[in-house]
Amino acid sequence: MMKFTNRLKLSLLASAIAVIGATPSQAQISDGVVKIGVLNDMSGLYADITGPGSLIAARMAVEDYMKASGSKLKVEVISADHQNKPDVGSNIARQWFDTEKVDMIADVPTSSVGLAVAKIASDKGKLHVNSGSATADLSGKACNANTIHWAYDTWMLANGTGKAIVKSGGTSWFFLTADYAFGHALERDTEAVVTKNGGKVVGKVRTPFPTQDFSSFLLQAQSSKAKIIGLANAGGDTTNSIKQAAEFGITKGGQNLAGLLVFLPDVHSLGLNIAQGLMLTETFYWDLNDQTRAFSKRFASAHGGKMPSMVQAGVYSSVIHYLKAVDAAKTDDGTKVAAMMKELPTDDPIFGKGSVRADGRKIHPAYLFEVKKPSESKGPYDYYKLVSTIPANEAFRPLSESDCPLVKK
Amino acid sequence: MGSDPSLWLALGLMIAFFALAPIWVYPIFLMKVMCFALFACAFNLLIGFGGLLSFGHAMFLGTAGYAAAHAAKAWAWNPELAILFGTVCATGLSFVVGSLAIRRQGIYFAMITLALAQMIYFFCLQAPFTGGEDGIQAVPRGMLFGLFDLRDNHRMYMLVLAIFLAGFLIVWRVVHSPFGQILKAIREHEDRATSLGYDTDRFKLLAFVISGALAGTAGATKSLVFQLASLTDVHWSMSGEVVLMTLLGGMGTLFGPVVGAAVIVTMQNYLAQLGAWVTVVQGVIFVLCVLAFRRGIIGELAHALKRPL
Amino acid sequence: MEIFGIPSQALFGQLLIGLINGSFYALLSLGLAVIFGLLNIINFTHGAQYMLGAFVAWLGMTHLGINYWLALLVTPFLVGATGVLIERAMLKQLYKLDHLYGLLLTFGLALIIQGLFRNEFGSSGMPYPVPDVFKGAINTGFMFLPKYRAWVIVASLVVCLATWYVIERTKLGAYLRAATENPSLVQAFGINVPRMITLTYGFGVGLAALAGVMAAPIYQVNPTMGADLIIVVFAVVVIGGMGSIMGAIVTGFGLGLIEGLTKVFYPEASATVIFVIMTIVLLIKPAGLFGTQK
Repeated sequence: MMKFTNRLKLSLLASAIAVIGATPSQAQISDGVVKIGVLNDMSGLYADITGPGSLIAARMAVEDYMKASGSKLKVEVISADHQNKPDVGSNIARQWFDTEKVDMIADVPTSSVGLAVAKIASDKGKLHVNSGSATADLSGKACNANTIHWAYDTWMLANGTGKAIVKSGGTSWFFLTADYAFGHALERDTEAVVTKNGGKVVGKVRTPFPTQDFSSFLLQAQSSKAKIIGLANAGGDTTNSIKQAAEFGITKGGQNLAGLLVFLPDVHSLGLNIAQGLMLTETFYWDLNDQTRAFSKRFASAHGGKMPSMVQAGVYSSVIHYLKAVDAAKTDDGTKVAAMMKELPTDDPIFGKGSVRADGRKIHPAYLFEVKKPSESKGPYDYYKLVSTIPANEAFRPLSESDCPLVKK
Repeated sequence: MGSDPSLWLALGLMIAFFALAPIWVYPIFLMKVMCFALFACAFNLLIGFGGLLSFGHAMFLGTAGYAAAHAAKAWAWNPELAILFGTVCATGLSFVVGSLAIRRQGIYFAMITLALAQMIYFFCLQAPFTGGEDGIQAVPRGMLFGLFDLRDNHRMYMLVLAIFLAGFLIVWRVVHSPFGQILKAIREHEDRATSLGYDTDRFKLLAFVISGALAGTAGATKSLVFQLASLTDVHWSMSGEVVLMTLLGGMGTLFGPVVGAAVIVTMQNYLAQLGAWVTVVQGVIFVLCVLAFRRGIIGELAHALKRPL
Repeated sequence: MEIFGIPSQALFGQLLIGLINGSFYALLSLGLAVIFGLLNIINFTHGAQYMLGAFVAWLGMTHLGINYWLALLVTPFLVGATGVLIERAMLKQLYKLDHLYGLLLTFGLALIIQGLFRNEFGSSGMPYPVPDVFKGAINTGFMFLPKYRAWVIVASLVVCLATWYVIERTKLGAYLRAATENPSLVQAFGINVPRMITLTYGFGVGLAALAGVMAAPIYQVNPTMGADLIIVVFAVVVIGGMGSIMGAIVTGFGLGLIEGLTKVFYPEASATVIFVIMTIVLLIKPAGLFGTQK
């Protein structure tokens, strides 16, 4: 029907142009434009962690790359709100790939949406570079040749926070788990790490998702006398449970909270009074070194003074590497660029030097932070003190343990 | 069958529209419209012709969606069997729910359906096979009758069109049958219908089951079109949306729900970048319809033309 | 000492927390019961009005420096006034129609209000501080009970009982109840029935807003705080009996306790237990535990 003839016409036209106007080193860019779609939560639970900030980060990345490399690519960046729903997200992704000539979809928080977009990218031979989703399955059993997982994942979170806390004395754990797939996965991964390192899980409670009132569950955690209360939840559930833990004097009573998925904007909205002492793992913090500071200040001036979250910084880093790969591969064909992204080493002000593995997992160091006390903070966003650094080759699930079908065993 | 020529004309126009539109409009979008149109038609059968407001109709859409997705993915069933399976599950569920809810009337009926729908929602949230927040993803479309690969959007479109028309014609047939007449009588004045000797509960239950079954068909088909079954389909806001579609299109008209579904789905698609404004717009439409536009689009048209639609 | 395998300390702690939640259920269902019982209006906007109460308090605090106590007094009137506007402008026209239209209208209004606030304030939630006099916790021996939550239980009991008293035991309440049963007759006695109805709706809305202000220091003030709560509150009202004030109060507190128990023994079901109970009640005694068949 029409779609076929449309495509036929376009490809004839494109080849004509390519033949007439191309110089030998011209890249084979579909429709002449490299189109990047930033798909995330623009107005809901994760809007502060990704949202409009990720779009700003992507645009900054394009600008910075074009300036630094002198590349001749024409790049366009668009965005949409997936409202954290897999059906909305997959609709947009499908429409973008089918009718709007998008070549790469970036960001995508909320694991269920990330998984859906990864599959669609694979079906259509396009590319998905995910900075926002948590599930380690994206580079595990759901991996494919068209998906790259940037920034962070649940394995890194569980391993980073879990192992470091157990090693520093937090040997008994009680889990508050959001009763849905992501919460269960986070609990399962962290429990495995805790027991492997000599700790013990003394109890766990499943909280309906989402919940506003954690008082009863926190009470159970309190009476378990576990040293560490692990929060296997995210977003509003996490901030609510932290806030209410403060009310019930949990930390004053000697127990510590372990935020298994906490971002800088979450700490900002909780305030240091409530969040102090919280332990968490991230792969980026604006105040880590001169490079991150320089980037973050530029970002903040374009984003109302708000410092970038790990995800937004990840979007910046992933877009730069993507464009580098497009230029090197001389095409924007998803499968080929993904292969090139794995071939080229990465280097950016966000994560420093790193690489992308065969299973699509981007490797870089992770950091265990503790939230400062209000007296220790010099100003807004000065929230974290570095407890320890986990080197890149230990931070993520080793290839030998991977259940990704792309990895030959 | 209905004898009014305006109905046949409208039917012809609708078929022509859905047959030709994929030339210009993205076929997946049109398939979405058709699935929701079927859902709304099923819902309208209950409220528009039966006078029963179910506030939990999403439970049939979603349950059938999950059932079909599971059958297609985990059991590798052919699409026609998966959709059938989804419909059967929805039928069974609507029989159970209907039997419980029919015992009460009016607002209590609506509240029971809402409560039961919430229980289904929480069941779907926790049952391992539904994948919780992830939903059932990468649902294979499969080979229709073992012969036609449905990954081709155009073949899928023809299947969806056929299912939609079949469902629509079932509603048409029911409405214009003696059963439909009695249903309308029960809606107008239940006691009078009882005094005439009709077992009103049986009629209401049958209408409920047909409505639930067709809503299930819509849900099962939808999960194959999008290759995804998710919690959105069992959430109470989905139940609210189908009410909106039917109200906007015109309760008690045959074509109203189709138009209402088309308008709402289009609006959601093109206003998607405006985020939460979609909710506001939907709320405004609700308010305006209730206050000033109770007959809905097709209802007003039918009233102006003085013909049934 | 253990009861059913749970140490009694933990059990009492959970029951106390259940009572706190019950206070909110009671306050909210009270407003709904007043509106439905006396006016036959199904107010789906109730959740949004609860959220409005919390937001007005928060806005008052951030922009005008209004403290908790002033907010507690002023907010119900402000939000109640918006309720009066809604009733006057929109609900009045629907009285002669099927009740379901009132449900749909208020449902639409809830979508509008929630959508507008989500656009403006996002979904993350705003912090609201606990008033100084209630900071800290009481050591009851089996748990640390934050003082503020103890206040919530006391305050809501007082408000609930006061409302019940006014409606069931005073002349004003009698007029109101009579006006619902037979408006034209009561009007003939010289009482301005439409005005009473408007003010009653406003009062019910004010109760929701009051619950919102009280909730602000406990839960994050966010635009979706009423959305999922509203369905639970409806269930409470239906179980208690849609016209019964005492039913709403007793069921509200009762449900809080039952939910608290469920969280201890079988937490996964704590969100569904209310609907199971509601279905059972509707099948056995459709008018509700305290309701009278209309």
